[in-house]
Amino acid sequence: MTSEGPAPSSLELERRAFRRRQTTRSVLIGALSTVVFAVVAWFLIVNAPGWPRVQQSFFAPDVAIAALPRVWDGFLLNIRVLIGAVAGVVVLSLVIATIRTLRGPVFFPLRALAAGYTDLFRGMPLIIVLYLIGFGIPGLRFTEGRIPAEVLGTIALILTYSAYVSEVWRAGIEAVHPSQRLAARSLGLSHYQSLRIIVLPQALRKVTPALMNDFVAMQKDVGLISILGAVDAVKGAQIEVSHFASFTPYVVAGLLFVLLALPMIRLTDWLTLRLRRREQIGEVI
Amino acid sequence: MAVSASVRLSATGIVKRFGDRTVLDGISVALDAHEVVALIGPSGSGKSTLLRCLNLLERIDDGQILLGGEDISDPRVKVDAVRARFGVVFQNYNLFPHLSVLSNVTLGLRKVKRVAKDEAEKRGLELLDRIGLADKAKVHPDQLSGGQQQRAAIVRAIATDPEVLLLDEITSALDPELVGEVLQLVRELGSDGATILMATHEMAFARDVAHRVLFLDGGRIVEQGPPAQLFGAPQQQRTKEFLARLSP
Repeated sequence: MTSEGPAPSSLELERRAFRRRQTTRSVLIGALSTVVFAVVAWFLIVNAPGWPRVQQSFFAPDVAIAALPRVWDGFLLNIRVLIGAVAGVVVLSLVIATIRTLRGPVFFPLRALAAGYTDLFRGMPLIIVLYLIGFGIPGLRFTEGRIPAEVLGTIALILTYSAYVSEVWRAGIEAVHPSQRLAARSLGLSHYQSLRIIVLPQALRKVTPALMNDFVAMQKDVGLISILGAVDAVKGAQIEVSHFASFTPYVVAGLLFVLLALPMIRLTDWLTLRLRRREQIGEVI
Repeated sequence: MAVSASVRLSATGIVKRFGDRTVLDGISVALDAHEVVALIGPSGSGKSTLLRCLNLLERIDDGQILLGGEDISDPRVKVDAVRARFGVVFQNYNLFPHLSVLSNVTLGLRKVKRVAKDEAEKRGLELLDRIGLADKAKVHPDQLSGGQQQRAAIVRAIATDPEVLLLDEITSALDPELVGEVLQLVRELGSDGATILMATHEMAFARDVAHRVLFLDGGRIVEQGPPAQLFGAPQQQRTKEFLARLSP
């Protein structure tokens, strides 16, 4: 706050002092209760009967350290697959959503195809798509060499998630007021130009939180490529689990996925809040 | 109807139906080059629909529209190219909120007329300077007042030098104290020789600026004539009633 204008009245000063005291008290109480809770919880857990076995099974530090290099290597593959899948989904979902906005009888087959695609892949379990693409396509023997499992897995992810994301785009396109399209067409812009220059940029703002949510969901499902035999974090953890009599490597892999998701989740929350703030005047309650 | 060489836009026998409701019931209107014509009439009389039919935003159910002698109601014409020959200003401005004011104004030049960016921006800045908004070129429309937004929307419409300007109740959404600046700009465009067809509720303005006034009711032109005649000595009972209700 800048210190412009007249000095605050003594009444306001007294109120501010009171609020400051309240805040300090809240912070202190909060910190104290957190510490007490943590200590009590820790004490109860480590003294519970069977804790050593639980720790050996899930939280063995030596196993975690030993397993980390292989799990980490696998995790890098997950990140590569995720990046490829996000790029593929953005492109394919936009194409599908664009096709569904086309008018005129000429485009009926394309529209029907796009609608059928979204219905099919939104209904079909990802794991079945993975099996069909991952094991079915190599079985056709169209190519000389072996197609890497992570490539097939990426394709399956793109196919499934584009169906969801294209629906998000479509909702966003429909949320842009028709008068915007009217103004664009009045300038002489074509259907495609109006969509690209006027409608889609405005739709993107409206659906960013929803898009991010879908991508957070997808980053979890990236781990499913392990069922095709790709040595990712999950597969790496599986190998390590078979070396040690402990499931700790799975926990390590799981935590890596959580760490990857956290920034995206926070960013989504922040964007959603910002959107809400912009659309409503006054405080967010 | 004889088409003289100076006729810029002529519509004959325009019929438009929405379902089984007839909104335009055989309307004929012609604009000479540099003529300013005002459409008045009660809500739902078909003023906005007529404007939208003329620049092919709505498909007509009968009649013919000639722009510069070319039949633009022919389904073989390229509608995007025809629409670019009209400038349209809407009641709610309809500026593009994600683009800067300058981008709004230059969009038609850059994307439809394919003018180079530098040249388009030079022209856009000239136009914004003319309406005193050159310093707002880089901001987004939500930073402007209603009157400023509507004036920006008007220069967006005239940036490509359209053959006819269609104004659809452009002051209806404005606060009363902002109406004047917008009407002043239209008045200037009129005296600069623009060809304007405007639907309006501002009777004083129509009387002041228009060369001819058309009174629409129930999808027909009930009466038309120079403003002095139409406002001063209306011939039709329906026109008298409408004007009497406006100025008690």
